[in-house]
Amino acid sequence: MSTALLAVQTLNGLQLGVLLFLIAAGLTLVFGVMDFINLAHGAQYMLGAYFAVTAYGATQNFLLAIILALVGALAAGLALEVAIFRHLYGRDHLDQVLATFGVILFLNEAVRMIYGSTSLAMPMPEVLSGSIRLMPGLLYPVYRLVVIGAGIGVGLLLHVLVNHTRIGMLVRAGASNAPMVSALGVNIGRLFMIIFGIGAMLAGFAGAMVAPIFAVEPNMGDNLLILAFVVIVIGGIGSVRGAFIAALLVGLVDTLGRSFASDILRHMLSSSAANQAGPALASTLIYVLMAAVLFFKPAGLFPARA
Amino acid sequence: MADDLLRLEHVSKSFGALRVTDAVSLDIPKGELHALIGPNGAGKTSLIHQISGWIACDSGRIVFDGEEVTGLKMHARARRGLVRSFQITSILPRFTALENVALAVQSRSGSSLRFFGDASREPKLNGEAMQALRHVGLAEQAHRIAGTLSYGEKRGLELALALALEPKLLLLDEPMAGVGAGDGEALVGVLRDLKAHCTILLIEHDMQAVFALADRISVLVNGAIMVTGKPDNVRADAQVRAAYLGEAA
Amino acid sequence: MQDIAASMPMTQVAPRDRSRLIVPVLLFATLALAPLLGLVGPDRYVLALFTRCVIFAIAALGLDLALGSGGLVSFDHAAFIGIGAYAAGILTASGIDDAFLLLFAALATSGFFALATGAISLKTRGVHFIMITLAFGQMAYFVANSLKAYGGDDGLTLANRSTIFGRDLLADHRVFFYVSLAMLLAVYLFARAVVRSRFGRVLRGAKENETRIAAIGFDPYPFRLVAFVISGMIAGLAGFLLAEQSEFVSPAFMTWQRSGDLIIMVMLGGMASLDGAILGALFVVLTEELLSGFTEHWRVIFGPFLVLVVLFARGGLLGLLTGRRHG
Repeated sequence: MSTALLAVQTLNGLQLGVLLFLIAAGLTLVFGVMDFINLAHGAQYMLGAYFAVTAYGATQNFLLAIILALVGALAAGLALEVAIFRHLYGRDHLDQVLATFGVILFLNEAVRMIYGSTSLAMPMPEVLSGSIRLMPGLLYPVYRLVVIGAGIGVGLLLHVLVNHTRIGMLVRAGASNAPMVSALGVNIGRLFMIIFGIGAMLAGFAGAMVAPIFAVEPNMGDNLLILAFVVIVIGGIGSVRGAFIAALLVGLVDTLGRSFASDILRHMLSSSAANQAGPALASTLIYVLMAAVLFFKPAGLFPARA
Repeated sequence: MADDLLRLEHVSKSFGALRVTDAVSLDIPKGELHALIGPNGAGKTSLIHQISGWIACDSGRIVFDGEEVTGLKMHARARRGLVRSFQITSILPRFTALENVALAVQSRSGSSLRFFGDASREPKLNGEAMQALRHVGLAEQAHRIAGTLSYGEKRGLELALALALEPKLLLLDEPMAGVGAGDGEALVGVLRDLKAHCTILLIEHDMQAVFALADRISVLVNGAIMVTGKPDNVRADAQVRAAYLGEAA
Repeated sequence: MQDIAASMPMTQVAPRDRSRLIVPVLLFATLALAPLLGLVGPDRYVLALFTRCVIFAIAALGLDLALGSGGLVSFDHAAFIGIGAYAAGILTASGIDDAFLLLFAALATSGFFALATGAISLKTRGVHFIMITLAFGQMAYFVANSLKAYGGDDGLTLANRSTIFGRDLLADHRVFFYVSLAMLLAVYLFARAVVRSRFGRVLRGAKENETRIAAIGFDPYPFRLVAFVISGMIAGLAGFLLAEQSEFVSPAFMTWQRSGDLIIMVMLGGMASLDGAILGALFVVLTEELLSGFTEHWRVIFGPFLVLVVLFARGGLLGLLTGRRHG
């Protein structure tokens, strides 16, 4: 494996990590503060991508498309919250699982009805479509760097929001002790709505940002959702910082594992056996990582609850 | 002492900056009914939680029946005869009263890794469970769903569950809390009965009951034991009167 | 209930409720007679559809043990089905087609996976457990995808159905249906016995109130783990049958959405009632068939239906039918 390949795959891993963070951040707050398991969070990411594609089709303006996608994701998230989810807070986790699963079935299929099953693509803006030479023999697409940068930027923004604002203080208090916050006379319903809205926007933003580089298709959120869960479990429920670190970790381990597992195995096994076992091993790496973290720290790396 | 059933050595526990149990040392000999009293927030229930193994203590040792149990979980301690009741009733609300108690009997009689045979038709389990229910006056309610019992009846069931385990040491956390005067008197009778069968550590706010029943009393204030002694000595202790009884009176 | 107790205060055993037998007897009778529909409709289609119903009823029964009695919201069960199916598929591909051997392999592999993942997942509760089983299920899915020697993401076609003592009895669709139905009956009776046994009682108790169960001296962990393994093996059995029926296995058997479908079956039918799991499986498989004949976008109808059931009808179908709430 060359250094350039390693660097490229590291950047790809970072990109996946940043994406996972955007999805996991909202999810972990919703879990942590509201004790609500929302399987439809991945579908909200998918909606963000479709909103972006649609808005781009209407405006032919990339920036406007992203902004409209954010607005759309927020509106869709709040609509779901008001119509369905707020009736599920405090209910059994099983009820939440089932109802949000129903929401996924509906959203995925509704999108399939409107846009069809074939994947769509959104053109990326001219200025960002080139590649940049990071080092000799290493060209990397500018847009992917922008995705990484935007994700880290949002992460910082969220960090400031959670740690240095009044809402953030309530969010942190809620994640460590929800009954206490409501006992303090805070309007819990409104706090939940704000958190949910932020989560929906983050997921939608992730979807919109990847629309130019990933296939935009109805069930694009389903598998990413599970990865986001792995991130949350590793990072610790309710912790944005934990989600950030775990997301980068999962992104890197998964991407590098898939690229290099066969190469590494080849040192130990015959070439054909390595080619067989490599992909299978690579696809289990992050789950092994998760199991290992759970074994040593059952509440994750940065548990929000004491 | 050799015949101490329970020995606590410098048991301590903190939640953050709050020290709920402060180097508590206590010996309870076999056959004693020991009452633990103290103002609200003194850490009585926290101490019961640590003795029963529901929460772990930070430091110190707990020795039960000659064996150190400090690191054991609640179920392992219960198996050894160190049994507790809960201040906030903890029962299986969708099981019948009889099934609740029969499950406790099952816990100490034979293996529970049996996959065949209807457990609700085992005469041995039901018979002994019925006996425990009779003991607390709930025989007539045996087939009612536990969740539908009255509050007082649930307190009785809570006690029956503990009794069915044939405990060596019974930790009772306010068995009379919230029970009306009539039921309360009946419960005092039940407790007096129990004294003959097992050692008891009792938390109770009803001072009349405590002074009527207890062999010895410990007063817990701010997580630490202020005094331990016979009821009359405790009653007479000036410190206690100032810190606790005076406050309550 | 109260009146009965009052009239015979000293009886130690609650009277047996014969009315509880009506639902299972009706269910099994209906299933046994279902192939008669083949007289009026396309025979193979009817048999295939109801065989599918029976197979998913087996899987749902398995899940109901973990979910209904144990309170374990598991998203691993599609993986158990898939592992059972792959065990059968891979052995068939290597030339072994004895039904008993395949069945044994399916049970052993799914049971082992349930033991390994359960041992870790069951250290956690609640939302954590849900997420971790989702993750392990997804892991199995991706591993199946990467099995290039066995078709990768395209799946693997079985050359033939397995044989019993060297004879290809299972090749007949009618025989296969009744063999599956017999397995469903066996699993049902087994599950019923387990739920009522000493073991089942501790398991159900731990679902109701974990603290109380610990206070009377039970560690819930081994009980849950054993239940999880039994439950996973039953799903593995369903996977074996599914592979045999469709003569095909693929990673699509193992998607986490498939686990969601199983949870839906159990919940819709009515939790912890066993009858409900069978009823729920029938309902979901048949509804899917019916709706998808009507529109390919049947999920647009089914999704909101689920939401409404959760919000408004909490006892499941069996609750609606019998006016009883299970769980």
